[in-house]
Amino acid sequence: MKSVRGKRIIAAAGIAAVLTTAAACGSSGPSKSSGSSAGGTGGATSGVTLQVLIGSSGDAETNAVVAAGNAWAAKTGNKVVVTPAKDLTQQLTQSLAGGTPPDIFYVDASKFQGLVKGNALADVGEKITDSTDMYPNLQKAFTQNGQYYCVPKDFSTLALEVNTDLWTKAGLTDADYPKTWDQLETVAKKLTGNGVTGLVMSDTLDRIGAFMRQAGGSVVSADGKTVTADSPQNLQALDYLQKLAKEGALKFPKQVDAGWGGEALGKGKAAMTIEGNWIVGSMSKDYPNVHYKVVPLPAGPAGNATLSFTNCWGVAQKSSHQAAAVDFIDYLTTVDQQMSFAKSFGVMPSRQAAKAQFTQQFPDQAAFVTGADNAFGPVGFPGFDAVQKDFDSKIQGLADGSSDPKSMLSSLQKNATDALSNN
Amino acid sequence: MSSTRSQENRRQALAGWFFVSPALLGLIIFLVVPIVLALYVSFTNWDGLSNPLGGDVKWVGLHNYQQLLTHDGLTRTTFAGALRNNFWFVLFVVPAQTALALWLAVLVNNKFLKGRSFFRTAFYFPSITSSIAITLVFLFLFQGGGAVNGILSWFGIHGPNWLADSRGVIHVWLSGVGITKPPGWTQHTVMGQSLWDWFSGPSIAMMVIIFLVIWTTSGTFMLMFLAALQNVNEDLYEAGELDGAGPWQRFRYVTLPSLRPTLLLVLTLGLIGTWQVFDQIYLTGNNPATRTPAYMSFDQSFQNNHFGVGSAIAFLLFALIMVLTLLQRRILPEEID
Repeated sequence: MKSVRGKRIIAAAGIAAVLTTAAACGSSGPSKSSGSSAGGTGGATSGVTLQVLIGSSGDAETNAVVAAGNAWAAKTGNKVVVTPAKDLTQQLTQSLAGGTPPDIFYVDASKFQGLVKGNALADVGEKITDSTDMYPNLQKAFTQNGQYYCVPKDFSTLALEVNTDLWTKAGLTDADYPKTWDQLETVAKKLTGNGVTGLVMSDTLDRIGAFMRQAGGSVVSADGKTVTADSPQNLQALDYLQKLAKEGALKFPKQVDAGWGGEALGKGKAAMTIEGNWIVGSMSKDYPNVHYKVVPLPAGPAGNATLSFTNCWGVAQKSSHQAAAVDFIDYLTTVDQQMSFAKSFGVMPSRQAAKAQFTQQFPDQAAFVTGADNAFGPVGFPGFDAVQKDFDSKIQGLADGSSDPKSMLSSLQKNATDALSNN
Repeated sequence: MSSTRSQENRRQALAGWFFVSPALLGLIIFLVVPIVLALYVSFTNWDGLSNPLGGDVKWVGLHNYQQLLTHDGLTRTTFAGALRNNFWFVLFVVPAQTALALWLAVLVNNKFLKGRSFFRTAFYFPSITSSIAITLVFLFLFQGGGAVNGILSWFGIHGPNWLADSRGVIHVWLSGVGITKPPGWTQHTVMGQSLWDWFSGPSIAMMVIIFLVIWTTSGTFMLMFLAALQNVNEDLYEAGELDGAGPWQRFRYVTLPSLRPTLLLVLTLGLIGTWQVFDQIYLTGNNPATRTPAYMSFDQSFQNNHFGVGSAIAFLLFALIMVLTLLQRRILPEEID
């Protein structure tokens, strides 16, 4: 009897072992050592098949990239296979670990440093025609150790979107668009009521960070070497937002049953929201009858500031078609092609040469373009993701006072310092 | 004579190995190698961007385990929170799903029940539906302005914003009886979390998932109980009846003892399954109020590129499940001596 029980225990433990590891470890199979040289194939750039992995915002973006790929392929005699990723970070990581990454892939600014550290990115930024024409702060986002690894694909900035119907209903005019924090508070309070919240904004550092910058604060120093989260400027920003939240003039999307700011604005639950260029496409698709206007974010005590989000066209270090990849990216980042992307899925060209053309064609989006001059990129060192998620999870507590701005910032300081020292 | 027999034996053994080799090969490639590799990774700083056995990967010894268990930092706090969430989850789900499954099985085992096969199918249905689909439906039902709160409002109850509510139910209950400030002795911290936080109970968001899981898994376990019930010797019931046992006594003294092995199987499977809850958590997003170790392992590995920490969590979870399973077997032996 004893031995039967022993066997059963072992069997139960075996089941446990199998299930646990199945839950935790995805693919970690042995990979063949790569024999491909980093230099690429040199001049021969025809008859090559390029694998492109993109983190697409939707069908419009996927189709636009596929069309661009086909056009380039027909011109050069190559082939392009575009794969839209369900979860770009995870799929890219898996293919890199397996030793056969796609030749070209989107690289988010916040993931860039990790990829450079992991030796995954080829240094091709300067091989693109006129690569220094890109906005300087975007170039900086993809420069590490003095090397300009990859060229920015496009970018978005944050601005204030206002529901104009609710605006006029509240007795406000064009002259009332908020220029300062005080004005923002006044109009937000005025717009709140009857099931409408003045300002609805996602509870993430990717929005609140703009207020920190407007107050003159930041999470890390300009050189990225010191954490500066625990500053009086940042505290001022959080105190201001907490005041708005306690007055009921600021709410977070979940509190009004929305997934993000655009949904709250479209459903008429928010009179104002803070989002980037991506809101334009989804508003015209999902809420075509809602009238709204895009204005620059109000200035804080330290002046104007906004946040920018960008991706670059990364080329895999292990790609054996680097020359073809560079040629394709060259094609993708011409002014014409960037303008056609702008038309298809509402992003802003990363080339300064396309600025005038963009403002002319999309006068409604002028506020996003003006933001480019005082935009700051996201914090990007490896390991910051978890720190930010922890911070983000406390933001909603500002409203009912369960989160205290001071302790939020001191734990952000502690956790970010810890993560930075692990690099 | 004896040499030919031993030759024969060897040939037979060889043939045996030959026939099991496909299955064995599958086990080695898909189980043994990944497990060993994952164990190795848990002692390295592998970032998932290169070959885990390549030159860029550094052996860091127990560093990842220290980050999770002893180093005062975000990783440990998050891990402690995940353990806390999962502990309450298991404590609520396992007894409830076992009891519900047993009750349903006894109901549909009743010979005089009309439409038995309809009820059997209906109760089993949630188990065969995709957990992703069912969870999505629940997310809609439990929105702040969703159907559940709509029904509650008929009775004048203002429901919480379920999935966004991170308050623990024990904290809510305590504040209902007037205890809002944590008493002094609960300020003692274990793994970066105060005792007050450890004893928060499952968050209201977690209660939704607890309810969902009890409902979906009880069908599977009902099936196991049903199979066992049909194997109970009818003579025992007759003998019990002759001795004057009522329905409850027959259930208590005949049915339950006969179901003991199945009960243990269900409890063990329930314990193992609930410590690994993942898909439902994945869909509710990265919410600290519902995060579990299995989800944290995924998040650390694939979102933060800390595969070492992710693997270490998996092995700690494995050890925990193993200890708890053995403990359970010790407390509730399969046979009564």
